[in-house]
Parts: sequence; C-alpha cells; structure tokens
Amino acid sequence: MSESYEERLRSFVGRELVPAKPGQDPVNRPMIRHWVEAMEDGNPIYLDDEAARATGRAGVVAPASMIQAWTMRGYAATMTPTDAGGFGELVSLLAEGGYTSVVATDSELEFHRELVPGDHVSMREVVESISPEKNTGLGAGRFVTTLKTYRDQDGEIVATQRWRTLRFRPATKPAEGAAPEPGEAEQARALRPRPAINRDNAFWFEAALEHRLVIQRCVSCKALRHPTGPCCPECNSFDWDTVEASGRGHVHSFVVNHHPRHPAFDFPLIVAVVELAEGTRLITNLVGVTPEEVEIDMPVTLDWVDADPGLSLPVFRPVAQEDH
Amino acid sequence: MNARSAGDDGVNGAPVTAGDVAGGTVNGIVNGARDYAGIAVGDTLPELSIPLTRTMIVATAIASRDYQDVHHDPELALQRGSKDIFMNILTSNGLVDRFVTGWAGPAAVVKAIRIRLGAPNHPGDTMVLTGTVSAKDDKDNQVEISVRGTNSLGPHVTGTVVVRLPKGGDA
Repeated sequence: MSESYEERLRSFVGRELVPAKPGQDPVNRPMIRHWVEAMEDGNPIYLDDEAARATGRAGVVAPASMIQAWTMRGYAATMTPTDAGGFGELVSLLAEGGYTSVVATDSELEFHRELVPGDHVSMREVVESISPEKNTGLGAGRFVTTLKTYRDQDGEIVATQRWRTLRFRPATKPAEGAAPEPGEAEQARALRPRPAINRDNAFWFEAALEHRLVIQRCVSCKALRHPTGPCCPECNSFDWDTVEASGRGHVHSFVVNHHPRHPAFDFPLIVAVVELAEGTRLITNLVGVTPEEVEIDMPVTLDWVDADPGLSLPVFRPVAQEDH
Repeated sequence: MNARSAGDDGVNGAPVTAGDVAGGTVNGIVNGARDYAGIAVGDTLPELSIPLTRTMIVATAIASRDYQDVHHDPELALQRGSKDIFMNILTSNGLVDRFVTGWAGPAAVVKAIRIRLGAPNHPGDTMVLTGTVSAKDDKDNQVEISVRGTNSLGPHVTGTVVVRLPKGGDA
C-alpha cells in the first residue's frame, strides 16, 4: 500500500461517519414488548410500572441492551440505502485497498442512564482509529474502531458504544463471524483463478471466449486429444488442428467441493469429469443441478459461464427431459 | 411459576417479589433479587442454556429492527459464505443482558455490556451462558460479571457486564 493510501485512511480518524440523527420513533412500550418477548426476558421492569416502581424507578424502563435498536434504520432504508455519507466514503476507500469483507468483533456499551418511554434517542458515529494491516485468521485486514454516542432529546449523553469491525481481504468466502454492519455494501465477487495460458493451450481459451468448445485433433492420425498439447500421444506428430465439439456428453465422474472455499465460486461446488460424445474428457463444473441429483453417466449438455470479460469457460447442465 | 420472594429490600425498601408481576413470566425465568452486600467475587451465576431456533433468531433480529438478510434468509446467507442464517449482535447483547439481570434481579441497573464476538449462533445449536463475579466496586455498589456464551463451534460471546445493585446488608 502506498504512503498516500495510509494517509488517506488516517484522515478518517476523528471524522464523522454517521451524523447525529434521531431514531424513527421515541422509546416506546410496543417496541420494548417485542424485544423482551423475542429475548424471552422475564425482568418485569420493562413492561410493568408497578414492578418498576417497586425497585425505586418512576416507571418502566427500556432494556439497556436495546439502546442500538432505537436508532436502527428500519426495513425500508435497509432495502434501499440512500445517502451513505462518510460511512460510504470509508467503505469505498477500504474496498480500494482490497478490504471488501467485514465482521464485527467488539461492542463495548457504557450506559449513563436508563431510558424511559418518550425519550428520543439520536446517535452519532465517529472514527477513533484504523489499525495498520494485520494478519488474521480471516485474512489480512484492518481493525476500524468507532465510537457511537447516543444522546437524548435534550442533547445529554445516555450511552456510548465503542464498535470495532475487521475490514479484511477474504482469504475464503466472507466470514461466518458476526453480522455485517448496517450500510455495508454488497461484496464484490472475487475473480476466478486465472488459467495458466501458454502457446500450447491459448487457442482453446480463445475459442471459449467465443463460446466455442474445441477439441485438438492430430492432422496425421486424426486422433482427438484433451487436455491440449503440442504432440500427438498416438503418433507423435506435431501437426494439429481443431474440431468443434457437439456439446453433448455424459458425467464420467464427479466430486462435490465443500472446503476450502474460494470466493469466486458458489458452494457446494460440483467438479466433474465430462466425457464428450467425441470421446475426449474434460474437467468442468456442473450447473443447474444439486449434488444429490448428479449421477454417473447422466447425460449433460454444454453451457457457458462468462466469469468476467477476460474469461469464459464451458460448464455442463443436465439434458432436459424432453431432449432424451 | 417458581417465583422467588426476595428477602432483600429493593432500592426504596419495598420488598421485591420477582416473577409475580405481569411480563415477568415469559418463559418461566425466575428473577433473582441480589444486593451488593450479599455478593462475593468468585460467585457463579446459574448456567443459562438457550436453544437457538430458527424462529428465535429471526424474531430477535426483527425485534431489534435488523433486516440484514443474513439474519433471516438462508439462501442469501449461504451465498454470502455462511452455512445458514446467524444471530445478530444486538441479540447477543440482549441475551447477555437477560442472563445477568435475570440473576441480579429487577433492582439491578446495567452500567456496561462489553462483548467480543466469536463463533456464529446458527439455528439448531444451543448457546450456554456462564458467568462469574469478577470484581466489586464499593463506591458505587457496582458488580462486574465475566460472561461467556458457548455453542457447539466454540465461544460465541465473551465479555463483562457491570450492574449497580442495592447496597443491602446492614444498610
């Protein structure tokens, strides 16, 4: 990473990510009820004024842990995020450094007072620190620590929350850890691994870019061969040309890959050896079929995956019933 | 309802009878009613085992207004690299809150919840919460409890909770 990138990251320290904005609704009993029912929290002080007064309180209070819920953006804004502000800028800058995945690692809540129905909470989030790149179990990443300050309708602080996320370059698919942070941009899909292209196989990948599955043929003995190579294994001739495959074949063998997970692929990933009608075999993926449905000798037909502008690859899907 | 009648006094000296009140019996949890004097560092909280059903993970996400798809949509969770939906952070905080205040009693005021997150809580698993009193602060009658919530994959949540309690004792 260049020094200027480091400096650009450092410039975010102290910056406001989310401006203070009141929650959609004031603290209220219906939301408290939903919370304590779902949490199965039997503490009576959240819904019963008399029980709350018996503990010295003026009436019911909201569960302390509910603080974050009062300023959540809700369903509509989650579905159609709008102005991402400083938060969006930071996410973009991190993505520029390759840190496209996120997992929350720490939440440290300090409560200044209990909230009661009618309180109207707003939250402001500021960056405290961005760590140098660290190697973690999930991949190389940076810890981003922010401080969320919750204030009431009078501007008094009611709670603070130190919030730490790891923004990382996924070593595997996005982590199973904790929840993605609200506002997180959708993950950019990783590129498929590049094939090692050389003078002996370039023609095959170039044909694939045009959605043509070709098979190398010996000019001398007419034997077909795959994978590609400079020399005929039957007659040792170096002369070759190609024929275009019919696209019909059957499953010769297959495995289902669960682990390790490369971020370019969907899992479980079916890796198959397909024997073409012409007799050669190639390693490919099966699509439009679940691992449970795949059978040896299952008839399959050619399809194409346009992985990215520089890479198209043949895959195979089961032959539809009416095609039998 | 196996309600425990508190022998200790509430903040105002009014006896607290936890569990007899409406809203206190969602799942038969018995609220304790601790006071500061009656607690010692090293005391252990009763273990709380929480079955992590799919419905519960979705219900708690929605109750906390968290509509991230990974908390309710199994297909999208799978696409994002998780084996299934998983519990959101607000719920981890909520369950730790419930665990500690359920033991401490209705008079307890939560002052801090500090957690580190680990293995995800997926449907079909069980999280077992354990806790130990790790510190006491005489000045504010505050007690710190070290908490750990473990599922079949390992620790889901570890951290500390600070509650302020009625003084109790000879006060």
